[in-house]
Amino acid sequence: MAYELVIGLETHVELNTQSKIFCSCGGHSSPLEPNDCVCPACSGMPGMLPVMNKRVVELAATAGLMLNCEINRYTTFDKKNYYYPDLPCAYQITQLNHPICVNGLVKVKTAAGERDIRIKQIHMEEDAGKLVHGGNSSFVDFNRTSVPLIEIVTQPDFRSPEEVVTYLGKLKSMFKSTGISECEEGAMRCDVNISVREEGSEEFGVRTEIKNMASFEAIDRAIRYEAQRHMDALEFGTEELVQETRRFDDVSGKTSAMRNKETEADYRYFPDPNLMPIVIDDEWLEEIKRNKPVALDEKAESYSQAGISDKEIAMLMSEHTVAKLLDDVIALGCNPKDAAAWILTDCAGILRKAGLKLKDLAISAEGLSFLIKKVDEGKLNRGAAKKTLIAVIEDGADVEKFVEEQGFLVEVDNSQIEAVIDKAIEANAQAVADYKSGKEKALMAIFGACMKELKGSGDPAAIRAMLIEKLK
Amino acid sequence: MKYYAEIINENGKIAVDDTILVKDTLSTAGSHILDGYKPLFSAEAVERLEKAGFDISGKTHVGEFSLDLVGEFSYYNEFDKDEALKGAAAELVNSDKVEAALGVDMNGAPRRAAALSGVNFLKPTYGTVSRYGVISCAASGEQLGVYGKSADKVAEIMTIIAGVDEKDGTSLRTEKYTYDTNADVNSKKVCIVKELFDKADDAVKAKITAYAESLKAQGVIVEEISCDFFDTANTAWQILMCAETCNNVSRYDGVKYGHRSEKYRNIDELYVNSRSEGFNFLTKTVILYGSDVLSKTRYTDCYEKALKIRRVVADKMKALFETYDAVLTPVCTKDEYKSYDIKDAFTKVYAESVFTAVPNLIGTPALVSGGVQLLGAHFSESTLLSLAKSVERKGE
Repeated sequence: MAYELVIGLETHVELNTQSKIFCSCGGHSSPLEPNDCVCPACSGMPGMLPVMNKRVVELAATAGLMLNCEINRYTTFDKKNYYYPDLPCAYQITQLNHPICVNGLVKVKTAAGERDIRIKQIHMEEDAGKLVHGGNSSFVDFNRTSVPLIEIVTQPDFRSPEEVVTYLGKLKSMFKSTGISECEEGAMRCDVNISVREEGSEEFGVRTEIKNMASFEAIDRAIRYEAQRHMDALEFGTEELVQETRRFDDVSGKTSAMRNKETEADYRYFPDPNLMPIVIDDEWLEEIKRNKPVALDEKAESYSQAGISDKEIAMLMSEHTVAKLLDDVIALGCNPKDAAAWILTDCAGILRKAGLKLKDLAISAEGLSFLIKKVDEGKLNRGAAKKTLIAVIEDGADVEKFVEEQGFLVEVDNSQIEAVIDKAIEANAQAVADYKSGKEKALMAIFGACMKELKGSGDPAAIRAMLIEKLK
Repeated sequence: MKYYAEIINENGKIAVDDTILVKDTLSTAGSHILDGYKPLFSAEAVERLEKAGFDISGKTHVGEFSLDLVGEFSYYNEFDKDEALKGAAAELVNSDKVEAALGVDMNGAPRRAAALSGVNFLKPTYGTVSRYGVISCAASGEQLGVYGKSADKVAEIMTIIAGVDEKDGTSLRTEKYTYDTNADVNSKKVCIVKELFDKADDAVKAKITAYAESLKAQGVIVEEISCDFFDTANTAWQILMCAETCNNVSRYDGVKYGHRSEKYRNIDELYVNSRSEGFNFLTKTVILYGSDVLSKTRYTDCYEKALKIRRVVADKMKALFETYDAVLTPVCTKDEYKSYDIKDAFTKVYAESVFTAVPNLIGTPALVSGGVQLLGAHFSESTLLSLAKSVERKGE
């Protein structure tokens, strides 16, 4: 019998903010000592009250706009009760009844074609801490508690693991390229709801949920394993499927039951009286829309039209600071294709040699556009430009200062060029005659002679124009 | 009974209930579960008083999480069998050992304590005084308020502590409030709710009647009215209060601070035994009741309905305050209470809260003075204080 896979996703994404969602602790959980980044509020001391971080609302709404959601103008927080040592208040502040975004849509393209994935809702919530187990004891690290998250909930619209992975890749590059999330290790986590039904059936099969997976590869394997388990049960009666929550074991590649519907926790949600409802008025929404980074699809499209290769676009999409540098350099008047090559070939090469990554590239848009323009104008040769980049990347040199100190700029005066052109015209009488009789190609011989004499200095376009003028 | 859980400064002028945090000072809310807990910061109201030159004398005993009548069920305090129940802070104010005291009114305990000691307690409009540094139980209705011997003293302290605080998301955006105790009370209108009056015993009824007479002598018009929703409003508040308290005290789990049981082999036993040992019978009852009204099967019928009742009561009280400037009510059914079994506490407090619940439910102010209570519309503190002062003056 032919079966169809039905999958829905809940994806948690850590937002890239300066501070936590309800207190002023630094927002980032990565390279700190345990419990470095905690205060009485995010460690659940009595007497502290949550105060909303406005930036979280803006980032969540921006993510919603990118996923074509409606933004709820009235949004509220609820408390979700459960006991776990990494949850210091024994409740999580989340959104149940009035999430910030609803009814979105994402298009996912795979070899099987394009599919619309409907987004049911996006809500804001706080993360929990971490348990560290050692010896006979367990330790609690609250650095991650109250780090802001959004949870993106889809409708059960996926039909294959490929679609799921493509969707997640799209979210990741979208959020990373726009700075909504750093999307570092563990900053994007997924719960997968999965069921199997006979092809053509309208009814849903028994649904299981696989909790908390961070790598795309694990998600892909977990879906394949779980789908096969469901199909075996339906086809051969290997087991009776029940609605339950399962976990995926990376080593064995298998899923196993955590809890079933009967023993499912009652989270006793209720509205949080400490957080007033948030009202997003027209003015605020307009501001959020105005500040929304250009959507990835549009951006990729415009890069593609400018002649930037797919491989280069993929690199740009994964590093929002680099994409921003390119945009700024283009805005300063450089040719997009050239600018992309400078960043993704020349700079990338130097970074690689220095043992650095593309995201470590620290050069100002002004500095880079200065170099590109001077090379274009023939006032700086490529070798000198490269030396400058090395100095900038390896030693943090200032572009203009370095170029000046090294005397790299070649100032060519027009009278000298005119003399060279005159000399070339004299020396190529045949070519001049051919050109004047209509053979435009003959111009190249004279132009080539000029360039040879100038040893590559001077702006080629300007020299060519002067030559044509002289030949009239 | 003892007054202080912890003395800070013998010459301090302000006492602070143990439900309010004072930096580096033992702050337990009368509960064993918070054994040894010393906060890293003071409540905003405490900070403001200290900045204004008022030293804190110490932390006064309260009943565990202030859930009881007046403070009789503290882990750290006890009453003799035949001793009349009194609130520690109210008694310190009454005996002039301090000028004023701060208390948290969550289910009427400070108001009852003030009534039994014969001092004033103002539970102000919700959002006017920061709750930052209050050991929170029922966030949607608890308010930090002031005990004082005179209306003027209450007003003086309120002027210092009230006003916006960025650290409290429910704090109203008003920078400063003024409290006038000398407003003209002539021809103000006050009503007595028959249904509440009838619940009180003769001694309390006599107090209400005498107070009404004193008001009339100042030109105040006093009328009796009928109002049928106080019992329902009380039930609604008990539901919300228990639900929110259950949630807020769930952080006391023996993991991070406070009491941790010595008897545990795993995390579940650590939770269960620490909490079983740490909370008293009344708090446990509130936790169970609160868990129940929030459970999936009961949420719609209990918690959600209570939220709807809150809205209806707010509307009805608003209409009432269009006709009357204040409502005169008893604070408790009796004017003296003796020690009793904690197993009876939940129903006893529930019954007494019919007088105090509405201001907690809808955020309006209430002033206890001369053993009676005046309820007013939002931000009507000056009217209530002026009415009380006109009676105080007459007594001088």
